[in-house]
Amino acid sequence: MAGAATLRKARPGPARPRAVTAGYLGPKVRRNLSAYGFLIGAVLCFTFFSWYPIIREITMSFQKAVYGGGYTWAGWANYARIVHDPTFWQSWRNTLEFTLLALVIGYAVPFGVAILLNELRHARGYLRVLVYLPVMLPPASALLLFAYFYNPQYGLFDDILRILHLPTSQWVFQPGTGFVSMAMISVVVASTWMNMGGATLIYLAALQNIPGELYEAAELDGAGLFSRIRHITIPQTRLILIMLLMLQVVATMQMFVESFVLTNGGGGVGDNAQSVVMLIYQYAFADSSASNYNSASALGVILMLVLAVFSGGFLWATRERHA
Amino acid sequence: MAGLATASARVPRRREASSTTRTLISSAQLNRRTSKIAYRVILILVIVVFTLVFIGPLYFLFTDGLKSTQEAIATPPTLYPHHIHPSSYVQAYNRLDIAKLLWNTIYYGFGALAFQLVFDVTAAYALSKLRPALGNVIFFLMLATLMIPATVLVVPQYLTVASLPILHVNLIGSPEAIWLPSVANAFNIFLLRRFFDSIPGDYIDAAEIDGASRLRILWRIVLPISRPILAVVSIFSLVAVWKDFLWPLLVEYGYTPTRETLNVGLFQGSYGTPQNLLIAASAMAAVPTIIFFLIFQRNIMSGLTAGGLRG
Repeated sequence: MAGAATLRKARPGPARPRAVTAGYLGPKVRRNLSAYGFLIGAVLCFTFFSWYPIIREITMSFQKAVYGGGYTWAGWANYARIVHDPTFWQSWRNTLEFTLLALVIGYAVPFGVAILLNELRHARGYLRVLVYLPVMLPPASALLLFAYFYNPQYGLFDDILRILHLPTSQWVFQPGTGFVSMAMISVVVASTWMNMGGATLIYLAALQNIPGELYEAAELDGAGLFSRIRHITIPQTRLILIMLLMLQVVATMQMFVESFVLTNGGGGVGDNAQSVVMLIYQYAFADSSASNYNSASALGVILMLVLAVFSGGFLWATRERHA
Repeated sequence: MAGLATASARVPRRREASSTTRTLISSAQLNRRTSKIAYRVILILVIVVFTLVFIGPLYFLFTDGLKSTQEAIATPPTLYPHHIHPSSYVQAYNRLDIAKLLWNTIYYGFGALAFQLVFDVTAAYALSKLRPALGNVIFFLMLATLMIPATVLVVPQYLTVASLPILHVNLIGSPEAIWLPSVANAFNIFLLRRFFDSIPGDYIDAAEIDGASRLRILWRIVLPISRPILAVVSIFSLVAVWKDFLWPLLVEYGYTPTRETLNVGLFQGSYGTPQNLLIAASAMAAVPTIIFFLIFQRNIMSGLTAGGLRG
């Protein structure tokens, strides 16, 4: 092989101790040893920062701190305490509200935009860059800008409403804890603006992989525009649609930075923009009187279970239909 | 180098979608007179609406920082700064210590990138080409962490970083608190391993028979072929550090001089900072990524779709 020959030439051969050690250790053992040498860094990092914390989260959720240091078993006490906290239910409701609104707004919009962009013959590059640009901003920049637009006294959005003679809004700080609250809609709008570029580009790539003959055949059969979308575009991109749906729900259930920055870390009026991850943060680090790693861990375990059950069930349900 | 050249040629290139493929609406249909007009109208509408929606906010991001504080909070808001105050950019730069925040973010980002490239590449190489005993178990355990989102684990992760088990080292406030956890990224390992798997074993066997060490094989044969996937992993890892908020808020917050990232620093600085300075600071924080994106847009956007979901 040419490659082998060049390699030999490139390597001014020193004596090969390798041949000698081969006598002591079998080649298989040597192979394994060097493989573990290559693996050790990543395995240590996974152990310290991923595997061990997973176990620790579960054990901590069943423990309580002992006065003077250390932990002792506490049974279900942490779980019992947090489910009696009204903020717990409020933040779950908000998170579900955010997830559902993000499905209505943040999931459908990028797909529609991708279909639209895919039909255009001009300015595609420009429009793609436009849609993706906000994704690259530091989230704090984008969110502080939206907080400025949302400001009830001097914000741009209320001014637009005033020009249109529409009632103004307090946006993120609009009181009210109804299931579809203005506070959460405001958070979703900012979040969609920031994040929709990624999904749009993934859909675009999927749309470009649809064979054109399918559309041609459908057109010959007399299928109109909408039935072409329904019977070709959607089934052909089904896998991506399902994948992104799942990834988006898992991501939106962990929403933190949007609520945190837009409400100045406060969670909105009557906690109506508080998310579950924000509550974990507050349990663990902010609420000094009730600051408690164990309650935070219990909430983390619950969120972990909810997400696992959701993704497991979702994968199962979508696989079922496929078979 | 003939061998390497053929090797890279054999790795399948990504298919570029041609712009001539048939889409929902056929070109023939578009060429009709009435459709042509409709298409023009829609095209112009789309361009105008998209520019307003996506550039509009950025316009205010960059111009509102030029206003005076009174003008920035005036009702009704002014569409453009009537009196231009470039000094608010200077004030914001000094007040929020943008230079330091930017430097911190870049330092954390490239450090995390270096750690990930070294540890994740070697690990994926070992899992793909050396296949040690229990390698598949390790790989499975790594992939399993994809099911458990990072934000759920912040509390035990924070406590672990505050006192590493066995070693009893406190990493809080040190850059390693960001660098080392970033290595535990199963997605990297998955992408890299899948790519390494596609490299024909012949090249490696040939080099091995020749007596090249495994490190040398990795360096001289595997890595040169893997440039596309390394680019994808690098962009993902830089963007991840750049956009992260909760973790740097926990581990790098509250030091003097500041060790915060841009994101956290901006948020912390927002308390009590006049609105025009805050917007100016946000604009300055956005400039590096906008430039980075405009330069590397092709790689970033294709990396997103190639590495993202074609699994």
